[in-house]
This record gives sequence, structure tokens and C-alpha cells, in this order.
Amino acid sequence: MAHIDLPEPLPGIRGLMAFRPFTAQPLNLLAEVLLRTDEGLSKGERELIATFVSSLNDCFFCQNIHGAVAQYYAKEDETLVEKVKRDYENAPISEKMKALLSIAASVQKGGKFVTESQVEKAKNLGATDIEIHDTVLIAAAFCMFNRYVDGLATFAPTDPEMYKARAKKIAEETGYALAKPQ
Amino acid sequence: MPYISLDEHLPGITGLLEYRQDTAKPIRELTQILLRGDSTLTQGERELIATLVSSKNQCKFCTAAHTAAADLLLGESETCELVKQDYENAPISAKMKALLAIAALVQQNGKNVTFEAITRAKEAGATDMEIHDTVLIAALFCLYNKYVDGLATFTPSNPEFYEKLGERIVNLGYNRPKYGFDEIKKQNESLIQSIS
Repeated sequence: MAHIDLPEPLPGIRGLMAFRPFTAQPLNLLAEVLLRTDEGLSKGERELIATFVSSLNDCFFCQNIHGAVAQYYAKEDETLVEKVKRDYENAPISEKMKALLSIAASVQKGGKFVTESQVEKAKNLGATDIEIHDTVLIAAAFCMFNRYVDGLATFAPTDPEMYKARAKKIAEETGYALAKPQ
Repeated sequence: MPYISLDEHLPGITGLLEYRQDTAKPIRELTQILLRGDSTLTQGERELIATLVSSKNQCKFCTAAHTAAADLLLGESETCELVKQDYENAPISAKMKALLAIAALVQQNGKNVTFEAITRAKEAGATDMEIHDTVLIAALFCLYNKYVDGLATFTPSNPEFYEKLGERIVNLGYNRPKYGFDEIKKQNESLIQSIS
């Protein structure tokens, strides 16, 4: 049971957004601008960073919904998200993405854990300033979203099909800014 | 040296928020609602939550900036100092102690917030909205702290810089200044130079 009385039995962050629509608006907008663009990093790569950080934070709802969105974009490999969560260093992703995921993992531990050599490695593999910026901000933003969702003990459905269906809707129709809590 | 190329006269979070203004906009709005919007918690109490979390994340820039804001809003600097050292024995209400305890757990991980911590806050009179906002402020400052330190932004060491910044966030809030940052850059230039 959630720690506060939510108006509707909606899963994860959606119940919280129904509780306080005023703060929901910028939260959704932040997810929209950070995740729903292919400039620099693709939508799929952005969702992968979000999923990876949520999995490090052990946030069930966030890693499953963003994992489903990331998997939606990775049509050529049905188990890509699982592989990245289990062992990204040996997953079938670019070397640049591995370097960016290592930065994301350091951000999850604490901003100060990001080292100059990690950043240099990413740059040598072709990562631009804006890609490094976006990686750090996506990782930091999911440290917020995960804490919000788990800190208030929201419930998360266990049926993977629910996440798949929602992910398809987010990817094809609503995005995050237009997504209604219902 | 920051890991990406940022305006050298906009230290800490300020340079990052100018670097990508489309992501900055919702972050600024969220902060304005949570720290300056209508609430049954005072602005000073909300700045104390932001300061405690920043201090636990060892983010020097955010800790100094929000300490300066809290001090101005509370009209003294002792409370914030004691909150950072040991909030359970600081001169604040039992409700604030319980809310700060929740914020401290959120800083570790959302899952660490216990039923007992929530019950304590409710018994001390905290409403659901106050608990909600405490958790979201704590989570938001984890974003800020990781963003600021994860990109190795510049942290000025002279207290006058933070006094000015504190005044700005107390008087003007968290929205982007209407006239941009030209004046602030000039001000910062002399502030930062004055110590180097």
C-alpha cells in the first residue's frame, strides 16, 4: 500500500501524478524533452540509459516501463534490454554506449564518482558534449523518478504485458507530455 | 574543469541550466512549485530539506547555495547549520524532524523509506501533501546534486558568491531571470576574480 492516500489505484508514478497534477506537468515535460528525441542519442539509447539506472536503483516500475519502451525500439533483438541490465559491457551495443552507460552507473552512485578518464573514454569513442550532458541528466533524472516512485511505496503490476501495451502507446501515440494518468 | 564546455562565469547548476534550456525549463518549474509554491510548509522549511539532502550527497555547490537561502528565509544561520550536523537535535518542530528523517532515507534510496518513518511523520501532524512534497523535494535534489557533480561543474569557494546567489533565489525564485544572465555573469566575474 502506498504511504499516502492516492485518489486512484494507478500504478507507479501515475498514481502520484494524479495526486499532484501540478508537479506532474513539469515531471512529464522533463521526461518528454530528455527521452523523446533522436538528436545525438536515439530514443532507444535514451530509454536504455533510463532503464539501466532504474535497474541499478532497483525500481521495479520504472525499469519495467522504460525497459518495455527501450525494447520497443530494439526490434531486431528481443532480449537486448535484459542483456544490458545483466552485463552491459558484453551486450551487443556500441562501444560509445558502453562508455556512456558506465558514466550513468557512476552518476547513480553519486555525481562525484564520474571520473575524467570515463568522460575521456566516451569522447574518444565519439560521444559529444551534449550526449555526455544528456547521459548525466537522464541518469540523474531517473535517480529522482525512482526515489519518488519507491519513496512513496506505489504499487507496480507484475504482468509484463501491461508494460508492453503501455510502452507501445507511449512510443506510438502519447509520448510523456501528453500521457494522461489514466 | 567541467567535463563539457560551459560558460565559465556561470558556476554550478547555473551553467548547466543555460547549456540546455529546454531541459532546464521543467526542472526550474518543478523547483519553483515545490520550494516557492503554495504549501503548508514554510519556504525556509523546504530549503532545509533541500540543504540536508545536498549535504548528505556531499554536493558543495548546492549545499552552500541552499544554506544561504535557508538562512535568509529563517533570519538566522544557526538552525540550518545544526540541521546539517544533527537534525534530530536541531531547534525545529517534531514534524520537521520526522520529515527530514524521510528525506534522509529518500537520499539513500526510495525503498529505504519505512512505514515507521511515515507513521512518525503522520503522528507528528504531517499531511499526505507534506509527505509527498518532502519525498519529491528530496528526490529532486538527488537529481540536482548528481547533475552538478556528475559534470564536474565549477564550485566557487568564496562565501560572498553564495550570499548573492542565496539572495537571488529568495527574491526572484527559481524561474529563469527575464533579462537573462548578462548582468549576473558580470557580477560573478568580479566575485570569482576577487578571490583568485
